[in-house]
Amino acid sequence: MKLSFSAEDEQFRQEVADWLAANLCGEFEPIRFRGGPGDEHSFVAERKAWEQKLAEGGWTAIGWPKEFGGRGCSIEQQVIFNEEYARAGGPGRMGHIGETLVGPTLIAYGTAEQKEKYLPGILAGKDLWCQGYSEPSAGSDLANVKTKAQFDEGAQQWVLNGQKVWTSLAHESQFCFVVARTDPASIGQKGLGFFLVDMDQPGVTIRPIVQLTGTSEFNEVFFDNAVCGAGDIVGEPGDGWRVAMALLGFERGVSTLGQQMLFQSELDEVVKITKENGAANDPAIRQRLADAHIGLRIMRYNSMRMMSGGEDGSLQKEAMIYKLYWASWHRNLGKLAMDVLGPESELLVDAPYELNRLQSLFLFTRADTIYGGTNQIQRNLIAERALGMPREPRGTA
Amino acid sequence: MEFAFTEEQVMIFDTADAFLSEVSTAPAIREAMQTDLGYDSKVWERLCQEMYWQAILIPEEHDGLGLGFVELVGILERMGMRLFNAPFADTAAVITALLKWGSDEQQAEYFGRLMAGESATIAVIDRAREWSTDAVTATATSTDSGYELSGTYRFVSHGHSADMLLVAARVPGSEGSQGVGLFLVDANAEGVSRKRVPTMDQTRPLAELTLDKVQVATTASLGCPGNAGEALTQLVDVLSIFVAADQLGGAQASLDMTVDYLQERVQFGRTIASFQAVKHKCADMMLKVEASRSIVYYAACAIDEWVQGRYDAAQLAEAASMTKAYCSDTFFFVAGCGIQLFGGVGITEEYDIQLYFKRAKSTETFLGAGAEHRERIAQMLLAGEC
Repeated sequence: MKLSFSAEDEQFRQEVADWLAANLCGEFEPIRFRGGPGDEHSFVAERKAWEQKLAEGGWTAIGWPKEFGGRGCSIEQQVIFNEEYARAGGPGRMGHIGETLVGPTLIAYGTAEQKEKYLPGILAGKDLWCQGYSEPSAGSDLANVKTKAQFDEGAQQWVLNGQKVWTSLAHESQFCFVVARTDPASIGQKGLGFFLVDMDQPGVTIRPIVQLTGTSEFNEVFFDNAVCGAGDIVGEPGDGWRVAMALLGFERGVSTLGQQMLFQSELDEVVKITKENGAANDPAIRQRLADAHIGLRIMRYNSMRMMSGGEDGSLQKEAMIYKLYWASWHRNLGKLAMDVLGPESELLVDAPYELNRLQSLFLFTRADTIYGGTNQIQRNLIAERALGMPREPRGTA
Repeated sequence: MEFAFTEEQVMIFDTADAFLSEVSTAPAIREAMQTDLGYDSKVWERLCQEMYWQAILIPEEHDGLGLGFVELVGILERMGMRLFNAPFADTAAVITALLKWGSDEQQAEYFGRLMAGESATIAVIDRAREWSTDAVTATATSTDSGYELSGTYRFVSHGHSADMLLVAARVPGSEGSQGVGLFLVDANAEGVSRKRVPTMDQTRPLAELTLDKVQVATTASLGCPGNAGEALTQLVDVLSIFVAADQLGGAQASLDMTVDYLQERVQFGRTIASFQAVKHKCADMMLKVEASRSIVYYAACAIDEWVQGRYDAAQLAEAASMTKAYCSDTFFFVAGCGIQLFGGVGITEEYDIQLYFKRAKSTETFLGAGAEHRERIAQMLLAGEC
């Protein structure tokens, strides 16, 4: 356990910083520091182009093994890349779902054909992915998915029918990974499949959801006889739950550091305003500011522990608290930002409903403690899986 | 950068678990806290002679083990888990001061004595709320052969029994951080009187010391005499991190014993661990314990960096205040929830959770509670220092 980096890693840091200085400029200057949570609708075309720029430099999927086109970077190097990316003002990544979730899942569970078909597009920064898990009746109870997948023997393809909801970036994505029921008689975690579905087909309809921010990061996705190939199921029919959960395990990796860099820049802005507008004279605000600072630093060391832990994807205790911890921290930061602004927090940038960054933060962080497992579900999971307390009884309805 | 324990560290911690589970049982703690000394001197002997824990931080050239602060903090965490009672953290703080500021001669003399089993502690304040340089009231007057120390110190951990005292005293008439010095004083020196004071938490004895014209040689001064204000602040920061490690262990133990009880206790025909209101409270407790663990081990690394000169005083201060604030609040929250979840038996003398609850409060107010440390972080943050 030590805090310093090796000379080799420091050299890597320089390499990353040099590349970003030489490339995150000119046409990409306007997207610096843009596109984070709540700002994901900004500069979409430019950020897509930036993904391809990153790919040219070999800076996508740096943690993937070399045999699959990654750089095979160590955890330390991935930490360094994230730090330098944030320092340089690298924009919110568009390709993160493919790079950090789909890629590792296919590398672990995919067939040779699936790897060959899907990994190059992710590496090249061209194919963006979205996640088809939640449904209107499968929110916290994710295993209650109703979307059906039926194999058409004649056409040798899977046919999907149903509805997904809360799908981020669906309208910008080429592909969606979909959890659907392969055994229509099954219930719960059994009888599910994990499918790789092309979004560009007549059977897929996307409808944006207008949120309390007035923007639409989330969508509804309707599958009406949508199809994917016989080879586009990961694992066997019935393995869907296992693959879907393994994918979520990858969510707690190095990508969390990129998220924290964004949090840091938000906190920096709150600190700056506190200094400027006199809120720094309020002892209660000072306490909360310090608390936010301490909380974010702890989040960093939580991640470091998590990343240094077992590589088998099994979840240590620090990983089990991760979602509840960051979501609660971030939601508190949103509230602190408004309290620091005081009455100014009410005034919009412009009509009809243009929010500034901190207003977006305040409103959008109310979603943080809901999506990806609500705080209440997280507490159930911690109590049951980490502390070994009895499971919640299942209803019969 | 690396955030996992080495195999050697895991081995050290396993050995510590085994030793402490043998010597720091609930009956042993209760027996020790009723004695005048406040701890078991035979266990202290074993700690020094069998476990070599006094030697952990002491460099190999002084016959120590030359290990670092991660190893030390890991042991302190385990001591906290079992409410271990001994002047170990206090002594380790004095060893750290000697490592950082001791001359070759001072290191040679004192490291030898400490490894032979002497204990040490630090004395800083009299009637004050904060362990800051501003609060130092004892005086150090220059004499022909050294210094004459006079003053009263309160809240001195194990002050009634420690063999060696590291005391803060100032040039008469000086103020603030100016004129402050650190002095090593033999506890048996002429003019030193001390008495243990009764405390709410009986597992951590506190004493009042009076120094009445105590004569010490120039070589008793640690660091720059009259200019050791910054050193004192850093020393208190180091000890704050040690105390936070104890709090982490105490919080973990409080959580564990609470969950064990909840799994056994049956009401309404089911274990009370099956109630969601209870589960959610335990989840919140675990979140804070794990977050405390992350910051404690960061802070341990930060002391290593600081001793080796790669971290400055501000970085140490930030690490210490973040850690002491968070762990103080965590331990009090977890032990308090523990009593509530135990229900009626939680407030009895018989059950151990009350001992943890008291230790949570005593370690919280010792060296500054959460709000004080957060205010310090706020000052640094608003000044752009962290």
